[in-house]
Amino acid sequence: MSTFTPEQKVKLARFPGRPGTADYIANLFTDFFEQRGDRQCRDDSSVLGGIARFHGRPVTVVGHRKGRTLQEKLKYNFGMPGPEGYRKAQRLMKQAEKFGRPIITFIDTPGAYPGKEAEERGQGEAIAQSLALMSSLTVPIIAIVTGEGNSGGALALGVANRVLMLEHAVYSVLSPEGFASILWKDSSRSGEACAVMKLTAQDLRRIGVVQGVLREPEGGAHTDPEAVYRTVDAALVKELNALSRLDGKALVQQRYQLFRAMGNNLPPARKEVI
Amino acid sequence: MRLFFKRRRDKIQTQQVVWEEQLTSIRPVTCSVCKGESPASEWHMGGQVCPRCGWHAPIGAYYRLSLILDPGSFRELDADLLPADPLDFPGYQNKLTRTETATGMQEAAVSAVGEIDGNRAVFAVLDSSFLMGSMGTAVGEKITRATEYAEKKKLPLVIFAASGGARMQEGILSLMQMAKTASAIQRFQSAGGLYISCLTHPTTGGVTASFASLGDIMLAEPGALIGFAGPRVIEQTIHEKLPAGFQRAEYLLEHGFLDQVVPRSQLRGVLCQLLALHGKGGR
Ligand SMILES: [Zn+2]
Repeated sequence: MSTFTPEQKVKLARFPGRPGTADYIANLFTDFFEQRGDRQCRDDSSVLGGIARFHGRPVTVVGHRKGRTLQEKLKYNFGMPGPEGYRKAQRLMKQAEKFGRPIITFIDTPGAYPGKEAEERGQGEAIAQSLALMSSLTVPIIAIVTGEGNSGGALALGVANRVLMLEHAVYSVLSPEGFASILWKDSSRSGEACAVMKLTAQDLRRIGVVQGVLREPEGGAHTDPEAVYRTVDAALVKELNALSRLDGKALVQQRYQLFRAMGNNLPPARKEVI
Repeated sequence: MRLFFKRRRDKIQTQQVVWEEQLTSIRPVTCSVCKGESPASEWHMGGQVCPRCGWHAPIGAYYRLSLILDPGSFRELDADLLPADPLDFPGYQNKLTRTETATGMQEAAVSAVGEIDGNRAVFAVLDSSFLMGSMGTAVGEKITRATEYAEKKKLPLVIFAASGGARMQEGILSLMQMAKTASAIQRFQSAGGLYISCLTHPTTGGVTASFASLGDIMLAEPGALIGFAGPRVIEQTIHEKLPAGFQRAEYLLEHGFLDQVVPRSQLRGVLCQLLALHGKGGR
């Protein structure tokens, strides 16, 4: 068991040395063929995706890409997609359904990009369409939160049959800084926010938002990436085998029920006082 | 108004009546946009639209429904659905209680079955006076139940959005309401259901990025702020001032994200036309 605080986990989850989507693709898959572009206006490189083989079986893989060096980070916009990124992901996922390929997504983003052009081209609409599309696909979808998963920008790759999380990854409605800024008008209180947001894998497993927590080496994923790849690989094999027993209709239904049940544990009706 | 609520006297003690009392007063009302003063009665005539500049002021959910539904056709759905505090968030229970006292509402969403000129449909309305219309678990659940109800009864669905986004105090579970509501809408639409989404001031964040953007027909009220990220966050990110009219309804129309911008005075007529054009609209 780890003894990291939620605030320390946020730091670990953001650590540039931590394995990212490109690393998982390189180490867990073979024959990766990258697919670029949204076929509408551009290629958003903060979303990386394509076709690959997983233990010999063709799959579609999509994830956020942050980059490690400053140059890479600038190139990939620090892993913050615009609408084109989500529309590229939609295109790849529709194709996966057409060819009967399971979909594996890797979530690691500070959030969708809050920029002028992103709004102009429908950031909100793009995310909404991704959520709706993922809910309807008749192939297995497995999502893994590998680093930080913030806001709708993360969820747009997260409507899966199984959502897994690395032990020290975090997943939340907004970055702790944004959260503190909205709630207390003070982004410097992000440490405090980490403590109350319930953003750790352990908390999220407890409230049913994620279905599995994947063990990291002591000290975090970056200390022994090979061990992490083995863990993630084993988890994917197991989940994929389980999901492959379901037909398309059952997969859609299982996914619907999974998210339908989130947060419907509401208090019993109270007598109205007039 | 009185006629509209005759079947639900219990709703009379709500914000809408406070509105009503203000309206019947002769006190002039100052517009928050043009700062011009007009008599309350004139604001009331136009459904809380500034008689001077045409600003569409945010209005309460019940008041909104009273403007568009046939008198006496309103039947509220899931009226007893209450907010929860799933993360035991410090101070949240108190905040909910205070907001309930101040607004007379129990949550930021109201759903109902009603008729427009005899066309029956399911309606859901977000109310920005309740914690900025933010979507927590109860709001997400209400929207989802309304959508599922519309699917079951094969009725069209009309949703009026007005929201600051996700309810921070319910954390990740608020975020998950985006997936939940979008999935329900998707399911409803693939079953042939007609969904009309009307965006009102302001619609931002997780509501924009889920059910509100998925309408078969997309409408908005004039001047409504609509976006994913708020203007302040964008300005901080790109370090420049945003142009006038950015993220307003007219701007979205120009960029292809709306079918039409419809003034409040014409909404009932437009909804009536659309519902009639789709027949039963739920197959
Ligand atoms: Zn005015």
